[in-house]
Amino acid sequence: MNANRIATAALLGALVALALLPFLGEKFTVQICTKIMIMAILAMSLDLLLGYTGLVSFGHAAFYGAAGYALALLTPQYRAANFWTSFPLAVAASALLAIVIGFFVVRTRGIYFIMVTLAFAQMLFFLFFDTKIAGGSDGIYIDVRPVARIGAWQPFRLDDFMHVYYLALVLLVLTYVLLRVILRSPFGRVLAGIRVNEHRMLSLGYPTFRYKLACFVISGAIAGVAGYLSAVQFGVVNPEMLGWHLSAAVMMMVILGGMGTLAGPAIGAAIWMLLELGLQSLPSAGGVDLGKHWQLLMGGFIVLAALLLPNGLIGFLDRVRGRRDESHD
Amino acid sequence: MEFNTFLIQLLNGVQYGLLLFLVSSGLTLVFGIMGVINVAHGSFYMIGAYFAWWLAGGLGSFWLALPAAIALTMAIGLVLEALLIKRLYRRDHLSQVLLTYGLILVFEETRSILWGDDVHGVPIPAILSASIPLTETLSYPVYRLWISAVCLLVAGLMYWVIQKTRLGMMIRAGSANREMVQSLGLNIELVYRVVFAAGITLAGLAGMIASPVSAVFPGMGNQVLIVCFVVIVIGGMGSVKGAMVASLLIGLVDTFGKVLHLEIGGLKLLPELSSMTVYLLMAVILLWRPEGIYGRRL
Repeated sequence: MNANRIATAALLGALVALALLPFLGEKFTVQICTKIMIMAILAMSLDLLLGYTGLVSFGHAAFYGAAGYALALLTPQYRAANFWTSFPLAVAASALLAIVIGFFVVRTRGIYFIMVTLAFAQMLFFLFFDTKIAGGSDGIYIDVRPVARIGAWQPFRLDDFMHVYYLALVLLVLTYVLLRVILRSPFGRVLAGIRVNEHRMLSLGYPTFRYKLACFVISGAIAGVAGYLSAVQFGVVNPEMLGWHLSAAVMMMVILGGMGTLAGPAIGAAIWMLLELGLQSLPSAGGVDLGKHWQLLMGGFIVLAALLLPNGLIGFLDRVRGRRDESHD
Repeated sequence: MEFNTFLIQLLNGVQYGLLLFLVSSGLTLVFGIMGVINVAHGSFYMIGAYFAWWLAGGLGSFWLALPAAIALTMAIGLVLEALLIKRLYRRDHLSQVLLTYGLILVFEETRSILWGDDVHGVPIPAILSASIPLTETLSYPVYRLWISAVCLLVAGLMYWVIQKTRLGMMIRAGSANREMVQSLGLNIELVYRVVFAAGITLAGLAGMIASPVSAVFPGMGNQVLIVCFVVIVIGGMGSVKGAMVASLLIGLVDTFGKVLHLEIGGLKLLPELSSMTVYLLMAVILLWRPEGIYGRRL
């Protein structure tokens, strides 16, 4: 009970800190934080599959990128899209994509699931990379950000980085609440049952295919929320948003923070983004420009993390604490 | 379609399919025997191609470069298995995917530091640079036939080693029951090390022999990896026979998908969309047999 109370206090503290940050930090800090919160939404949506349902999706970026592209294609040239229609439509595009892809991939298990999700996501990547549908490999710019007008009243402006920050914060909190409600509902208990033993759930009479598909679609739709926000923040979408490097990065965020928790992926997203920033600003060493070749060190980090941190930092801390407790006995 | 054009496309499709088999058989072997999914498998296709380009330039001969590149790739495989891969045998697929994904980044950046990000070409060796004339205007390059021949030779060799030799017996026994083989006094760790090194060398070899016709460029391994995943999903994970059937199927579907599109050009399909046919095939197979044609039931 005590640990629970500490966790709740930490969560509320983080929320207050995030709400106050724009008053204290510089523009750059606020923008980095916005990006981290967007990644946190994406990582939480993946954790619904990865940590809670046991579906290792290696193509999660597809749903993130799909919403970004949806906004880009919904935005008329030199004019603004309507936030209140483009946001739900973009999320619906991601959900629709998740229904189509999910219909095929949810039939498979284990290693096949990993390969098939990756293959379908890369198919989408090459579709946007090779064809001129939306700017090809260069991507497409959203010259004018969506406008959120209700009649004559404009509650927030998406060309203002502070407003984007708070929109991301609100959507992050809403995602957290939504996932918490889902996971505590009977639906969420079935997902947990599927993770532990799908055959048992089947023999108990649960149509696991439908449950897994529903979970896949919810997860994809939330990834779409993150993708839409990213397109709004940077005003550009490109095939990289759909690519497997992002899918792998999000996976790492979930692992780092700890699978099967909601706050974990958010913390993992922050660690990952800060690590990326730190590595990119490294100087040259021994004739090698480490800042330019930062992925070399990132790759090494991933290898080590996969070997040493199977349960994320949270699991690692638990293990260290466990060892210390043992040595006290 | 004219008969000669058809013949050329057929040969191209078979050659592409056989090359795919070389890469995907290594991937499926390593999974089937050791239970490890190696996402970095495609990187060895790239590494093989870069070795061929680098050594052919340095040694002045493709024929000297080939054995040297094979030996180098094999050595990397042995070291990698001893340092990292062997720690993955008892781990879940997620750890395996992440670790080997980290390796992709390491390989790509090392390649970028050593050799830069430019596109390179490897000249076709003089003996094989001829073309066989089919009609007055059409001809077929001998080098592509040689690629197919090498792939078939390696496939035959693989069948012989796995089915007919003592090493193959140990490999098959090791994939069925690791502990039992170990308790019988066989060095299963050594067998695994050799199988892993051989598996990635197959991918490397494919990159080497493909380099004169496909160019050598960054990220070339990742494209191949994704297609290999499609091959394995269609053929069935762990099945070499499945990899052969699916590779040829993909090779033909991909090649003819691009050509047939030209004939129904009135539909104004973008040429790039024809590459989607491969994924369409995978989707159909998933509906029909989610475990692949020759896979074990899920």
